[in-house]
Amino acid sequence: MTRSLVVAEIVDGAVSPLTAEAVSAAASLGGDVVLAVVDPDAGALAAQAALAGVTEVVTVTAPGTDRDHEQMLHAVEALVADVAPQVVVAGFTIRSTAWAAALAERLDLAFVPDVVSLTAAGAEITAERSIYDGRVRAEYAFPTGRPVVALVRAASWPPAEPAAASATRALDVDLPPSRVRAGELTRPSGDVDLTGSDVIFAVGRGVGSEENIAAFADIARRLGAGLGASRPIIDAGWLPAVHQVGQTGVTVKPKVYVALGISGALHHLAGMQNSKTIIAVNTNEDAPIFGYADVGAVADIHEVAEQLQALL
Amino acid sequence: MCVTQALEVSSYLEFTPDGTAIDAAFVTGSLNEADQNAVEEALALTDGDGEVVLVSAGGDEAEEALRAGLTMGAHRALRVPLSPAELADSRTVAAALSQAVADEQPDLVLTGVQASDTGGQSTGPALAAAADLPWATVVRSLGSDGRTLTARREFEGGVSELVQVDLPALATVQVGANQPRYGTFKDKMRAKKAEIAVLTPVDLPTPRVVLTRMSPNQAGGRTVQMVQGGPAEVAARILSIVREVQ
Repeated sequence: MTRSLVVAEIVDGAVSPLTAEAVSAAASLGGDVVLAVVDPDAGALAAQAALAGVTEVVTVTAPGTDRDHEQMLHAVEALVADVAPQVVVAGFTIRSTAWAAALAERLDLAFVPDVVSLTAAGAEITAERSIYDGRVRAEYAFPTGRPVVALVRAASWPPAEPAAASATRALDVDLPPSRVRAGELTRPSGDVDLTGSDVIFAVGRGVGSEENIAAFADIARRLGAGLGASRPIIDAGWLPAVHQVGQTGVTVKPKVYVALGISGALHHLAGMQNSKTIIAVNTNEDAPIFGYADVGAVADIHEVAEQLQALL
Repeated sequence: MCVTQALEVSSYLEFTPDGTAIDAAFVTGSLNEADQNAVEEALALTDGDGEVVLVSAGGDEAEEALRAGLTMGAHRALRVPLSPAELADSRTVAAALSQAVADEQPDLVLTGVQASDTGGQSTGPALAAAADLPWATVVRSLGSDGRTLTARREFEGGVSELVQVDLPALATVQVGANQPRYGTFKDKMRAKKAEIAVLTPVDLPTPRVVLTRMSPNQAGGRTVQMVQGGPAEVAARILSIVREVQ
């Protein structure tokens, strides 16, 4: 029986959807699953943590924001001491990666990020990752028997279903003040909401220049589709940040995602790989994006755009 | 300033006989993208007034990464030899790198946010904990007045937060945070001949994580169907798929 501690991720005062997937990953190991909620309002959030497979909810009332990684580190340190888990599970996100490897370092734990499979045979834990643009599956073992901190990739486990509330208790933790001082928080502005689009046309580095974007924006508009972009387009200032699809942009799951001149960097794939149908057009036949596409074409996106405009 | 080599693999690949690595014939290495941004940030922050020292853990590939960073303009480089098995554990890597931090006593330690090939985002936070430095991850727009680091931290969904940390501190630099400079041919020649000091690691922890097996993966779990023909056929196919769902 594997005893797991799942650390809920809180974003803007709510338990993130990835938390239910992390619970599922932990529950699949077949033992007790303790779900930890760390937040200024942890007691109230515990209700959102009522998920199938959870044996107990432990709350830690902490004054900092959900972005305060030093606070999380100290809270989870105390939780590990209290719960004594064999596996600590959290989502592979920017918030979690900020504290998880530091936790492993301080408590002498094993650490494995971006996990897509997790199994237990007796006391032996095995994890799998998908690396090198997803071309290689790598298997990891933890020979020293120290507890394992595993950060799970989104959409790798089905989310745990809502369930009746589990036993909940509060853990008092003396949290030292964070050494990182937070200032102004900025949210993307604009009336673009890609998450509501059934069809997204997204452009990447292959678009070549700022002037070339107009043709793709025109096609998207005429088809009633959203206009997405990969990170380099935003970094170059060619489109506002609200158009960015990827790890630090929006995560989208449209019915059709058309990736034009996008090579398929990890950062971008994280934001679109769960789209229903993915079409990729790129001049490089070795581009990783083709490994994630249902329909692909090795072609010049500008010539394809001209043809699309002619057809509309 | 910690750097690493990122590997790109060919679409057809073979593994080493023990199955724990990709055969070297099927990979090409280059300085990890986020590390290029981190080196650029370090050079811009010091701007002739200060020293940028590079450190990398590993074998020949680490040395190549260091020479690429020296070509960009870093002043010195150190290598901490680690075996591929030791490199699989973020704790061992952090322990090795923290020795260089202890020796050099830098004001600021920068790493790239993640290696583009294996993407764990673990080296920075693990090293910060090992060296007992405050840290911030996924940052851009770094500024320093010599006592405090100011930077913008990025999160999912386009949210970002301005943070301040007292120096000495560590930060992981976001991919695309800046335009990394290229060295000239002369810089490259100089970097090729530069002496890279080797720091012998002591008291490394036993790896807690072991890579036991690699196998080819169906990336993304999808099978791509390639459209034959020219741009007209590709456009027609895209349109028919889009119209089907509208």
